[in-house]
Amino acid sequence: MHFAKIALTTAALALSPAAAYAIDISGAGATFPYPIYAKWADSYKKETGNGLNYQSIGSGGGIKQIKAKTVTFGATDAPLTGKDLEESGLVQFPMVMGSVTPVVNLEGVKPGELTLDGPTLAQIYLGQIKSWDDAAIAKLNPNLKLPKQAIVPVRRSDGSGTTYNFAYYLAEVSSDWKTKVGVSTALQWPVGIGAKGNEGVAGNVAQTKGSIGYVEYAYAKENKMIFTKMINKAGKAVAPGSDSVQSAAASADWNSVPGFGVILANQPGDQSWPMAAATWILMYKKPEKSAEAAEALKFFAWAYAKGGAMADSLDYVPMPQKVVTDIMKMWSADIKDASGKPLYSPTN
Amino acid sequence: MASGERDVSEVALKGASAPLAVSSSRAAVLKRLRLTDAIFHGLTRGASLAVLALLSGVIIALIIGAAPALGTFGFGFLFDESWNPVTERFGALAPIFGTLVTSFIAMLIAVPVGLMVAFFLTELCPKMLRRPIGIAIELLAGIPSIIYGIWGLFVFAPFLQQHVQPLFIDTFQNVPVLSILFAGPPYGIGMFTAGLILAIMVLPFVTSISRDVFDAVPPVLKEAAYGVGCTTWEVFRYVVLPFTRVGVIGGFMLGLGRALGETMAVTFVIGNAHHVSASLFAPGTTISASIANEFTEAVGDLYTSSLIALGLILFFITFIVLAIARYMLLRLQRQGK
Repeated sequence: MHFAKIALTTAALALSPAAAYAIDISGAGATFPYPIYAKWADSYKKETGNGLNYQSIGSGGGIKQIKAKTVTFGATDAPLTGKDLEESGLVQFPMVMGSVTPVVNLEGVKPGELTLDGPTLAQIYLGQIKSWDDAAIAKLNPNLKLPKQAIVPVRRSDGSGTTYNFAYYLAEVSSDWKTKVGVSTALQWPVGIGAKGNEGVAGNVAQTKGSIGYVEYAYAKENKMIFTKMINKAGKAVAPGSDSVQSAAASADWNSVPGFGVILANQPGDQSWPMAAATWILMYKKPEKSAEAAEALKFFAWAYAKGGAMADSLDYVPMPQKVVTDIMKMWSADIKDASGKPLYSPTN
Repeated sequence: MASGERDVSEVALKGASAPLAVSSSRAAVLKRLRLTDAIFHGLTRGASLAVLALLSGVIIALIIGAAPALGTFGFGFLFDESWNPVTERFGALAPIFGTLVTSFIAMLIAVPVGLMVAFFLTELCPKMLRRPIGIAIELLAGIPSIIYGIWGLFVFAPFLQQHVQPLFIDTFQNVPVLSILFAGPPYGIGMFTAGLILAIMVLPFVTSISRDVFDAVPPVLKEAAYGVGCTTWEVFRYVVLPFTRVGVIGGFMLGLGRALGETMAVTFVIGNAHHVSASLFAPGTTISASIANEFTEAVGDLYTSSLIALGLILFFITFIVLAIARYMLLRLQRQGK
């Protein structure tokens, strides 16, 4: 025991010159924002010397980890409710946005050629529309000759924030979906085949003729998949991408839900993509390790200020400036150390 | 134990008495030898007990983890098809069904093929070909299961969807039972595909064990049978198979054990849908595939507990199968003496 103490002290002394300046921030959670968090962390480390260790273990895991207080922040694609936040003493704020995009595998159909609307998409995933030549699809695509081919709906087999956003939108536009299936990160799917992760869904859609799936837009774009257009709430056909997500984010009323937990599904606006999605950070109002929490807030502030171009390059969409201002106000007001001093002030 | 000690001391006496023949040093040598033996004995026993402790630890952990789910759903957990994370109602019927059906398909194909390959290798194959074919079969066992999964998803499933499944569906659409077993639409992936992939994975187990037991058939039996005019088929059917029956069944059981627990390859090609469907082309799920897919993101205690309960069920199924396999092989060894 005594020996161990000496050894530890020696080790700490040996390491201290480096350790004195670098505080490693630890976070865990959603897989969807992992690429951009990793990229931000890399640049941030180069700029400030402070590292960020983010484990992309999934939204459910992120919530578990922050509640177990093993990490400085948790990350989730499915926001916690105001009540849940209140009970666990957490604050929540959106970090970056993306979108859920339907992708298909249909012979002769190019990216963006097929148009769907919410009710049709819901009927496909409910198993009520079974063939690509169904009248409901034909009506939305008068110029497209669709084959008499069985539709193979592909969906996530693991729990996922992508599924949550997708199901939330379908429940918004289809009462059948709301009552029969509901909204959660994992569902009891009436039809279709399940695949693990965005890459699993992308792979299955690419391999299965007549299939339809839903993935994060970045996956659809990188894998050059055949994405569809969607009819939005305003009745206009829009293509996925950062413009249509920004439009949805601008139309949303972010302060209407505690913890900025607005699901960007089915937002108004002519240009709005109906399945835009944000991803959230969870932190304690009174974190036990206040120094690390303060460092984490500095990192987030840096990411809001300087991370926009990097987000764009990975097909993520930065938060609107107005929302960022509100988030920072919330930080100053709500996140405090043991003595009640705010851990974030706009000047530092 | 007693006889072992005596052997050691006799050897020690011989070695020690030759140069010195002093009784005190002999005693010291003996003591040292006893000590090393005791340590070795203790180590072996410790290692064996550690395995036992590990196994019981796993079982206890599974039972504790599964308790909330089994307490909530009771015995009905085994017979409920629903798997609804939204309403938190879970049942194990679909995974159990998928596990048994895919394993059954795998055995249905792997057993006859494996037996034929094994018989060919031991009896009919020219010496030159024996080694290459034998090695190829054993290499099949060495391919990591994720490779089977990827191959299944990217090569095998699209081929089945476009060429094989439509043919089956069209051919059997008016045949009473088969029209239900092979009902469309052709997804490419599903229980049928998972069964085929498993068959390939199980084949080396069945083949290599069958080959070993076929080799154990005394040549005089076969020669006598050929001598009285038996055909090759008759020798196989009436001499080799009856003689090796028990060992061959033991090999099946080991193969079945692998098929039941296989995870990665299956989850790629089965479709991961919690449904019980009569059609083999429909997507399904297995116990291990469900756990692998859902465990990391399972939210809530009941969901997690239900997945652990699935693990417990698989543990029991595999345990029974392996126990039968051991028993069969044990009987073979006795029969061989």
